[in-house]
Order: sequence, then C-alpha cells, then structure tokens
Amino acid sequence: MSSIISVANLSKTYGSGFKALKNVNLDIKRGEIFALLGPNGAGKTTLISIICGIANPSEGRVLVGGEDIQTSYRKARSLIGLVPQELHTDAFESVWATVSFSRGLFGKQKNPAHIEKVLKDLSLWDKKDNKIITLSGGMKRRVMIAKALSHEPQILFLDEPTAGVDVELRKGMWEVVRTLQQSGVTIILTTHYIEEAEEMADRIGVINKGEIVLVEDKATLMQKLGKKRLTLHLQGKVTTLPESLAHYALDLCDNGATMIYDYDTKGERTGITSLLSDLRTAGIRFNDLDTTQSSLEDIFVDLVRTS
Amino acid sequence: MNHRAIRAIYLFEMARTWRTVLQSIVSPVVSTSLYFVVFGAAIGSRISQVEGVSYGTFIVPGLIMLSVLTQSIANASFGIYFPKFTGTIYEILSAPISYFEIVLGYVGAAATKSIILGLIILATAGLFVPLHIHHPVWMLTFLVLTAVTFSLFGFVIGIWADGFEKLQMIPMLVVTPLTFLGGSFYSIDMLPPTWRTVALLNPVVYLISGFRWSFYEIADVSVVVSIGMTLTFLVICLAVIWWIFRTGYRLKN
Repeated sequence: MSSIISVANLSKTYGSGFKALKNVNLDIKRGEIFALLGPNGAGKTTLISIICGIANPSEGRVLVGGEDIQTSYRKARSLIGLVPQELHTDAFESVWATVSFSRGLFGKQKNPAHIEKVLKDLSLWDKKDNKIITLSGGMKRRVMIAKALSHEPQILFLDEPTAGVDVELRKGMWEVVRTLQQSGVTIILTTHYIEEAEEMADRIGVINKGEIVLVEDKATLMQKLGKKRLTLHLQGKVTTLPESLAHYALDLCDNGATMIYDYDTKGERTGITSLLSDLRTAGIRFNDLDTTQSSLEDIFVDLVRTS
Repeated sequence: MNHRAIRAIYLFEMARTWRTVLQSIVSPVVSTSLYFVVFGAAIGSRISQVEGVSYGTFIVPGLIMLSVLTQSIANASFGIYFPKFTGTIYEILSAPISYFEIVLGYVGAAATKSIILGLIILATAGLFVPLHIHHPVWMLTFLVLTAVTFSLFGFVIGIWADGFEKLQMIPMLVVTPLTFLGGSFYSIDMLPPTWRTVALLNPVVYLISGFRWSFYEIADVSVVVSIGMTLTFLVICLAVIWWIFRTGYRLKN
C-alpha cells in the first residue's frame, strides 16, 4: 500500500522553548485507519495541526498525497478533512449553512445533494435548519464531522472524535468511519479510548513526549507485545502459596479461589507446563482454566511507562 | 485563485451583518442623526458659516468619515477576532486558501459594510441639510479607500488582540480621539497656529480634508497630500498583514 501522508524529520518547538515534536518520522498508508495513541501533551494534536496547516513546523517536511504541505499547500490541504478535538462551532449559524460554508472554503462547487447525504449519514438531516447553539454536544461533534466531509476529502483526521460522546453514538460514529474507509478514505484518529483503537484501527502509532515510540499493525502489535493471562479456578481455597511456587509470581483472587499467572507469549518458555506440574506436586488442584490476551490498553500503558 | 473560498468568507461575514442589522447599521445611523441634531441644529444654529458653507452641511463629510473609520475597524477586527476566540479559525487555516484570499474575504466584507453605512449616513444627512457633492467620483474614491484601509487596520487589530479589552483598546483610545481631533466638526484653520501644526500630525486630518474637498471643494490640506497619506497608510497596513501571515504571528504559533 502506498503512503498518502509522509512525515520526515518533523520537529516543533514553541516560542516558550517547549519541544512538542522531536524528529518525527511517520508514513500513513492509503486507505487505512491509523490510530495515534498517546497521553495528554504527547504531541498528537501538534502533529495533526502541522499536517493540516494550522501550525508551522520548526523543521522537517510533510507530504500529503505527494504534495508538500508548504510549497503546494492548496493541493495538499484540499485532500484533508479535519475534525479537531475541541467543539469549535459557529453558534448562531444553521447546520446547513455552516456545512455548506466549509465546502465553499475548500473551493468546491455547490452540491446540495452531497451535503444532504452527509447530514443524513450523520443523522443530522432533521436538524439542518437548527442553529448550532441549540444542539447537544454529541450533535455538535457530528456537525464538525459533517463540515470535514463536506468537501469530499481523501484523508480524514479525527482528533478525539468520540470524547464526551455516549456509547450508542460512539458506535454509530464507528460505523460512519468504517463506511468512509470502505469508500477509500484514509482515516487518522487520535483517541484516549484504547478500545476505540482496538476496535477500529488497522495500524497503531504510539507517541510520547513528542517522539513516535512505535508504529505497528494492530494484530502484530498485540501478538508481539501482548501478554497472556492464565486463570485457574481452584477446587479448594488456597490462603498461602507454598515456597515451591514463589518464583511464578502468582496472584490469588476471590479469597484464594482463583489463581492468576501472567506470561509472555514472546518468551521461549511460557512456564505453563512446569507451573501445572509444580501445582500437582504441591497438591493444588483446579476445576477449570482459561487464558486471555492482554488488551491494547495494557500494552499502551507499558510502552508509555518505559519510553 | 480560490474564488469560492473568498465568496464563502465574504457571504458568511455579510450574513453576520444582516443577522445583527440593529447593531451593524441602525445603531450608527441613529447616533449620526443625533450628531446632526446636537451639532447641526442646536449648536450649529449659533455658528453662521464655515468657509462658505453652513455648519450643518460642513460637518457631513466628517461625520461620515467618523462612522466609516470606526465601523471599518470594528467590523474587520471583530470578523477575524471572533473565529480566533471561538476556535473556528482552524477551518480557515486548514483550507486551501492563500493569505491574500483570506484578507480579501474578511476585509472585503468589512469594507462593504462600511461603504453601505457611509452611503446610508449620507442619505440620512440629506434629510437634515441641503447637500451638493462637487466631485462624486472622488467622494466615492475617498470613501472606498478609507473603508478598505481602515478595514485592513481593523484586521491587524483583530489578529493582535488576545482579549476583548485589547480589541476595544485601539479603537477607543486612539482612533476615536484622532477622529474627533481630525477636523470632523471644525476646519483646522480655526485652530491657533501651534495646534494647527500639531493637528497636521494626525493622519485622520488628511482623510477628512480630502473627503470634504470632494463635497465642497474646501480642504485643510492639498487633495494630493490627502490621497498620498491614505495610500501610505494602506501600504503600511498591507505590509503588516503580509508580515503577520509570513510569520504566523498569533495565528500559527
């Protein structure tokens, strides 16, 4: 898959001296959903702002669809739709007027049929004549998505798209994002909801303290870095563990009715066989067992802590 | 050139005017009419003539300039400050639109509003005093040049301001006094020689003088100097705006 966005040696230092981005290199593949994860202040929004033209870079180069964002900014920007993190709206405009304004701003010919489709897809059609100030937070968020989609972009940036949005609406947005991807739109989303990245993304990038810590296919990432957990449901309650099991770092839960063992799938030996053997020797029996893969959230927290 | 973007910004800004028509158009017309009542009828009746025209007639160009100057600055500064305040500026900055086109949209709309306002005030003045415009083309030229120049100035203030106080500071503390002292209500020939020299340092004197000349062929300073000063201020404002966009001052940093 070819790159639709190519970021090379990008740095940003603010007037205060704060380095928001440090030599960032990143390629976004055409047609993918890329999730950019990072704690608050990691540089996610700064990176997006530079790619979209809202902030000037201090160093480095960004190509969007092969066009330089500075020397060929018109071509580069016309490919991008941006939904920023904050709810920036024209309070006294109607939904229809503000979405149509965005299309005009991007130099596109009037196309009421397209605006109508966007508003219907986002369940905003019956609010088209309402002033934005009268809408709920979730609706305002969808208006911002509608504005970004009004000019038929090839790339959509969603900066924390579901922050403050209820679960049902969030799932509705995921559907919209999936439909957009199917129509060929490349989507870059930043999120605090790890489950969102886990649910949606093809690839995941982690940024921390202005540096890209990792970029990986989601499945590979989870497989490569994922820890697994073995849960043993014991026949009787165990209050203290025998000395012979001390080196397994076991946890007892449910007042000793459940024993938990975390192991690394990357390791040559998982230690499961010897653990089961040692349990039998120690006379500890179990009724059932199950294993679970650690979530992306666990991986993310580990990465940020160590970087 | 992204004509559709310029049009979108222009129409968006004009729509704001019609939405706030009371504040944008009616309020300045009412306050100008009050000036006519106070200075034209009440005080003016005690003043015979100024340079051959009745006092009420004499103050018309100055009053129009007073409104055009202040409204151009107010419209343009608010037009660009408000998106900065609400955050909607992100869309302008991320759109495929050049700095020149952004300025054309915002300043074009602000200047249009001021010109419409100036013409409405002119028509209003016609209800109070007899008017004869000797050089209508020059009158329109001065009106348009002043509206554009001070809308550019307002745009600069709107970018510079990082709070509502700063947005009001220059218009209230600098522009309004300069306008009042710039010969709106008197000819600077009426001042003592020392104050007349001081008055010539006020750029507004040249605008009002040139504008008044287009009405009555009476001027405090040469018309050529008036046009030269207006154009100089226009170029200064353009240079500042060029620098703002080149550096991203208060927009992209």
